[in-house]
Amino acid sequence: MKIDRRSFLSLGIGVAAGTALSPLPWKLTDDLSIWTQNWPWTPVPEIGETSHVNSVCTLCPGGCGISVRKIEGRGVKIEGMTGHPVNQGGICALGLSGLQLLYGPTRIKTPLRRIGKRGEDRWEKISWEQAISEIAEKLDVLRTSGNSHTIAGIAGSRQGTVSQLFKRFLTAYGSPNFFHTPSCVDTYQLAFQYMNGVSGAPGFDLENADVILSFGSGLLDGWGSPVRMFKANTAWRKANAHVIQIEPRLSRTAAKADRWIAINPGTEAALALGVSHVLIKELLFDKEFVDSHTDGFESFVTSKGEMKKGFRQTVLENYSPETVARITGIDPSAIILLAREFAKAKAPLALCGKGQGIIPGSLAEAMAVHALNALVGSVNRKGGVFPMPETEIQVWHEVAMDSVAAVGINQTNLIGAPPNSPCGTNQIPAAILSGKGYPLNALFVLESNPLYTMADSKTVRDAFDKIPFLVSLSSFMDETARYADIVLPNHIYLERIEDAPAPTGFPKPVISLSKPVFKPQFNTKHAGDTLILLAKEMGGAVADAFPWDNFEACLEEVMGDKMKTLQEKGFWVDSDAAIPDWKAAFKTPSGKFQFSPAEATLGFVPVAIEGDSTFPLLLIPYETMRMAGGYIANPPFMTKTVEDTILKLNDSFIEINPKTAQSNQLSEGDFVVVQTSRGQARGRVHLEEGIMPGVIALPRGLGHTAYDGYIANKGINANQLIGPVQDPVSGLDAAWGIRAKLSKA
Amino acid sequence: MSELDGKSQTVSEIVVSSAHGQSGKEGGSGGVIVLFFFVGLVASLIVGWVLFPKALYSQKKQPIDFNHTLHNGLVGNGCESCHFFREDGSYSGVPKLAQCIECHEEAQSSDPEEIKFVEQFVKKEIEVPWLVYARQPDCVFFSHAAHVKSANMDCATCHGPIGESEHMKLYQQNRITGYSRNIWGENIVGIKKNTWDRMKMDDCSECHQKQKVLLGSVQTQKEGCFVCHK
Repeated sequence: MKIDRRSFLSLGIGVAAGTALSPLPWKLTDDLSIWTQNWPWTPVPEIGETSHVNSVCTLCPGGCGISVRKIEGRGVKIEGMTGHPVNQGGICALGLSGLQLLYGPTRIKTPLRRIGKRGEDRWEKISWEQAISEIAEKLDVLRTSGNSHTIAGIAGSRQGTVSQLFKRFLTAYGSPNFFHTPSCVDTYQLAFQYMNGVSGAPGFDLENADVILSFGSGLLDGWGSPVRMFKANTAWRKANAHVIQIEPRLSRTAAKADRWIAINPGTEAALALGVSHVLIKELLFDKEFVDSHTDGFESFVTSKGEMKKGFRQTVLENYSPETVARITGIDPSAIILLAREFAKAKAPLALCGKGQGIIPGSLAEAMAVHALNALVGSVNRKGGVFPMPETEIQVWHEVAMDSVAAVGINQTNLIGAPPNSPCGTNQIPAAILSGKGYPLNALFVLESNPLYTMADSKTVRDAFDKIPFLVSLSSFMDETARYADIVLPNHIYLERIEDAPAPTGFPKPVISLSKPVFKPQFNTKHAGDTLILLAKEMGGAVADAFPWDNFEACLEEVMGDKMKTLQEKGFWVDSDAAIPDWKAAFKTPSGKFQFSPAEATLGFVPVAIEGDSTFPLLLIPYETMRMAGGYIANPPFMTKTVEDTILKLNDSFIEINPKTAQSNQLSEGDFVVVQTSRGQARGRVHLEEGIMPGVIALPRGLGHTAYDGYIANKGINANQLIGPVQDPVSGLDAAWGIRAKLSKA
Repeated sequence: MSELDGKSQTVSEIVVSSAHGQSGKEGGSGGVIVLFFFVGLVASLIVGWVLFPKALYSQKKQPIDFNHTLHNGLVGNGCESCHFFREDGSYSGVPKLAQCIECHEEAQSSDPEEIKFVEQFVKKEIEVPWLVYARQPDCVFFSHAAHVKSANMDCATCHGPIGESEHMKLYQQNRITGYSRNIWGENIVGIKKNTWDRMKMDDCSECHQKQKVLLGSVQTQKEGCFVCHK
């Protein structure tokens, strides 16, 4: 018996034959193919019971009803709530991405105390009791030393029970320094106050308008309540309504409008007055309305005996199409045609508030646009604009102030304005840095991120450096939270009960109830509860102003009867609310619509944006539906939808007209440094015919430095390049842009 | 298993006898070659038929030895008493603790398995980590409602007479795919005697072919991939 090579070959053949005759290869092939379909790192959704919880989205002031789909308690999708009056089942990209904010790594998990330098992001975890008692102690020292007015609060929202509770805390404590993140609603409110004599947020009956003249409002870019605007746009298409967009750049809104008129940035008010000129000159205005319900149209003698020019004379003398053409860069014939089309409509409606309306804007512009609406009778009527009737949404019992609070609350506020002035949040950094008023000893920031959203981030940071104690009540490690001394993490909107009143621009009083869709994921606390705890810890009159056990009890009390409806339906609509009749509509001294209010003069007042002739270009920031630019940062889902002509890898693209690019020897994709008097940033250029020559544009919502690796360090924060410009009358921020220059990097 | 063992015995007998025949004709060297061939053949057949199936599956015991027969006698609505359809029409699958607690807040008997269940799960409010024999992968969409409610199929058609079992059988998990052995079937070759012996895609389509239901796909107008693979 000889064992040789052939024996082993034979063995091999035997093994091969045997294997082939056994199930092994066939079963193994099948299993391996299945294995490749089940990589362990492929996420697999939970299996289990599906449930839906209705709530409201408070990521923007739109106030859309949402329905959250959950599988065994885990959220898998956020959908629009069917039957909600605002969004009627629709939802936007940000609303859809909400779960990434809930589960994302940027959440703050527990109260934190800073141990490193400010902004260094080194923290120690502390308990809620520790955090509250530490803050209460600091506040107590300030209060007993008569410095109660030297603390301030910035809230993200101007309304809602939590914001009001925050304001109440400051009042009971003795500080006049309650601020909120301002918007074009604040400017509109002032315009209404002066011209209608009625205060109130604007309600636009857009669905019933047939020619919509938008002075730069991003109707499809997130202005007002975004989903409602999409639905309105659908309604306009069906009804053959006309949308005319006045804007220096071809935004989505402009692209989807029936007509886009490019205008020199910042000259919208002049165009509104030019249109008024044509209407008056060609007798196209609503004579009946003007004659019977308005005042100040004709020239008149004031109570002091001075002759004051009426609206008619002002406009006829100063805003002829030729003059306006020189200011706006629009052809005179186009202005005349525009006016005729506007006048011919059954329900024409003009509106303003640039982009998403996050900058309050020029009061003169809001008044010019409002006057234009009055000329065609589109004020307080179907398809028009009107201040929302101020229904008693929340009923609070009066704060019983002790002597300290009574003194503190009557001090002038941080920016030197008397109580109840428009909210000049934009003036805070300058006021702190100027050192003219009193020094600020503590700042509380609630659901707001001023270090990112306010113009000129560097100055804001310098100002914050002068505040010895900074507390953030944010849910996320945003720029401001990272700069704080103590962070008191708030529940995210999906974890808390809260009211969401008055969606921006919506013409009916609506309140929706945000419900805790999920149990809190981390050791966070409802900001309302935190404030109540803090007040109780302080004791005395401050505690007395907060008699509730928790925020829910407070909400139930201030909402009263509405709470039941809110709990059952998820929203409350004032079905009795109607457009006020003529008697109730105008509460000016004359009882009529006032074209020439005493407080402010109608006319085109250019906003003095910053920068001299060494900056040859105009930089305008813009907003888009694909990016969240406010307190809420862009969730990764949304960043994925941003085109690579706006953001590629980590580089922002600066939009520039090919002609301007050519004269600056720039071509597509070139790296550049954009420089303004406030700062500079590196990015690339994108050549785009849809922007006026001489103008460059950057989107808001990029360039975060905090949050997490999915959000931070992507592109340029446009706010860091811009300086705030105060409106001469309102004091609100009116900066629509800044002068800039580009150089090759 | 015994059936398989029998087979491999028969095979080895053949092997031995033919090995003798070969060596007779070709002499020493040839005999070795043939022997080696058959040694390889037999060894790999044993590996393929006996060792491989054993090695492929890990064996796990259910956390509680549940008695289906006993429960079936006590409930009023058959399988659906515990394995019910939710209000939205979706199928609840293996019951959750909340359902068991309805009867088993305290132990009902002195059965050690029941006592173990109450002590370890009910009192501690921990969900029982049941091992699901019929769990299909995530890429398969399967609607119980369509089969049970619309087509009036019996549970047993796919799941077998589980309702008559007194003990839970061992759960065997494929080490490569992570699937339960019941998907491929007990028989390693995939031969089935009953409709419930296997739950692979071919078994679904076999029944669909027979019944002539949902054969066409809207997208392809051919066999309906997208009916299950959405």
